[in-house]
Amino acid sequence: MAKRPLLGLFNDANSAADAGDALKGAGISENDYDFLTDAPYPEGAFGEREEKHRLYVFPFIGAILGLTSGIMITSLTQIAYPMVTGGKPILSLPPMAVICYEGTMLGAILFTCLGIIFESRLPKPKLGLYDNRITEGVIGVLVNTDESQHGQVEDLMNRSGAIEVKGET
Amino acid sequence: MQEGRILTATEVNRDLLRPILETPKWFWPAIAVCVVILLIAAVTVGYMINRGLGITNLNRPVVWGFFITNFVFWIGISHAGVMLSAILRLAKAEWRRPATRAAEVLTIFSLMTAMTMPIIHTGRPWRIMYWAFPYDFARGIWPNVRTPLIWDPSAILTYLTSSTLFVVLALVPDFAVLRDRTTGIPHQIYSLLSLGWQGNPRQWKLQIIAGVLLSALILPVFVSVHSIVSWDFGMAVAVKSWHSTIFAPYFVVGAVHSGVSAVAFVLILLRWAYGWQAYIRHEHIDALGRLLVVVATGWFYFFVMEVIFGIYGREADEIAVRALQFTIWPISAWTVIFVVTTYFIPVALWLSRSARRNLWIMSIACISVNIGMWLERFLIIVPGLANRQVFTFTWNMYSPSIPEIIIVTATFALVTMLMLLFSRVFPLVPLYDIKEGDILKTEVQIGRRVVPATYRED
Repeated sequence: MAKRPLLGLFNDANSAADAGDALKGAGISENDYDFLTDAPYPEGAFGEREEKHRLYVFPFIGAILGLTSGIMITSLTQIAYPMVTGGKPILSLPPMAVICYEGTMLGAILFTCLGIIFESRLPKPKLGLYDNRITEGVIGVLVNTDESQHGQVEDLMNRSGAIEVKGET
Repeated sequence: MQEGRILTATEVNRDLLRPILETPKWFWPAIAVCVVILLIAAVTVGYMINRGLGITNLNRPVVWGFFITNFVFWIGISHAGVMLSAILRLAKAEWRRPATRAAEVLTIFSLMTAMTMPIIHTGRPWRIMYWAFPYDFARGIWPNVRTPLIWDPSAILTYLTSSTLFVVLALVPDFAVLRDRTTGIPHQIYSLLSLGWQGNPRQWKLQIIAGVLLSALILPVFVSVHSIVSWDFGMAVAVKSWHSTIFAPYFVVGAVHSGVSAVAFVLILLRWAYGWQAYIRHEHIDALGRLLVVVATGWFYFFVMEVIFGIYGREADEIAVRALQFTIWPISAWTVIFVVTTYFIPVALWLSRSARRNLWIMSIACISVNIGMWLERFLIIVPGLANRQVFTFTWNMYSPSIPEIIIVTATFALVTMLMLLFSRVFPLVPLYDIKEGDILKTEVQIGRRVVPATYRED
């Protein structure tokens, strides 16, 4: 049977965490529920799964590409039309290093930003089941389960102190 | 350090989104004043392009005057963003929370404004494309990458791009709050900008990592930008008093000094204009004042060293420039004013706790710093160039013309207008940062006292 979402709304972190524990105790996989908040809570505050990511790869790749671009811009452009200025060599590390350094940092930062968006699984075309009160401080527990389990999940969340449990309309 | 009370999410949303969801009465008149000043400046710039740079008083030997002074000044202001946002974020200083976004946004608009200065200064701004853009538009000649004048745009554009991305990424959760608070076209726009943000633990974890990682990556860029701008002068062999190795750290510390003072002043203005007494508290201004004592003293050390290094070598030309700066009227008067306003008045005020907590006194001190720092750049550039050389026909002194004064004044109007327009559509204080601070606040019983405490995650 297809999985459908249910959203439970809680007024405080303790009751939301209790709901998480209850869902785990009922055998619902950690990957099937999530906590939606309007501010970052300390990691593990709700007993949620550990989120693994490979964000740190992105700045390295960006830095290498940026450095390569910097070296190419500084060296190839000057070799293309070699013009001696101030009696100094055409290719020289100190002046080239400045633009190579900026290219490296720009590449690292650009790719880091791309990585953050990618690893956050954004952009999300559809918001899905959501409640505007989440950005007013209410904590949402979003559960994706078979419809046959919806009754049980709703009951668990109500017993944990949910102010409302709603499904897709 | 935790003088405020814990606020509910509803209160935070209501207070910090008020400038966006309602228009203050003073808003459009303030914009109108800025627009009028900018229009006058635009006409002046057009007149200058039509008639040539001769309508200014820029001429041999003082070929850099008000425009380049203003360029360096605004680059300096832009350094506050990274100082407050990146360094304080990495240091996990709780008092950074209300200040970071205003500082970052001031950085972006200061950089944009600074970039207009050398473009206007060329007299024929369209030629910038041929000189600076990395392409051979004619005869296979590419920009000379060995000059600081090309390092400048590469560093400034890197810093501008990085700062903009930093702000935009951090705004995503706040776009989600605005998405949930608006209807119609604003709702559609904020929905698009929020990228489908839900606020799940993965997104928050990456948002926090983003803040720390980007802070760590932007910091080296921040150091490099003003170092490179200082090399516009420091790499020039011909102008005595410029060719000094101390220029890079001297300019960077000076930039932090003027930038953080500007941010402190902007925060005081925001607190007053938007009624944000619960968010921008005396403790924040107090903390900025204490930081500024250290930064100002560091700056003063570099200033003294710059003068001592110049005099120590006993080169005739260098001594002549120092004599011009310190003994010849009216430059000497400006030098005294500059040192007093940049260091002695503000630091004397900042050493007193009650002065640091008095918003009027802090405002005066911060404005004093920026007047002084503007004069500092002027007194580096103009006396150095005005130093009399071998050819007597180049002996000339510079005084600013009306067009230059108008254009420089307009840059302040431009930054003010951009900040106001930003505050009308995006929150200037990060909502989730304030809420996170409240979540992490607690109280600890130590003996007979209950003291405020904060939980810090590693």
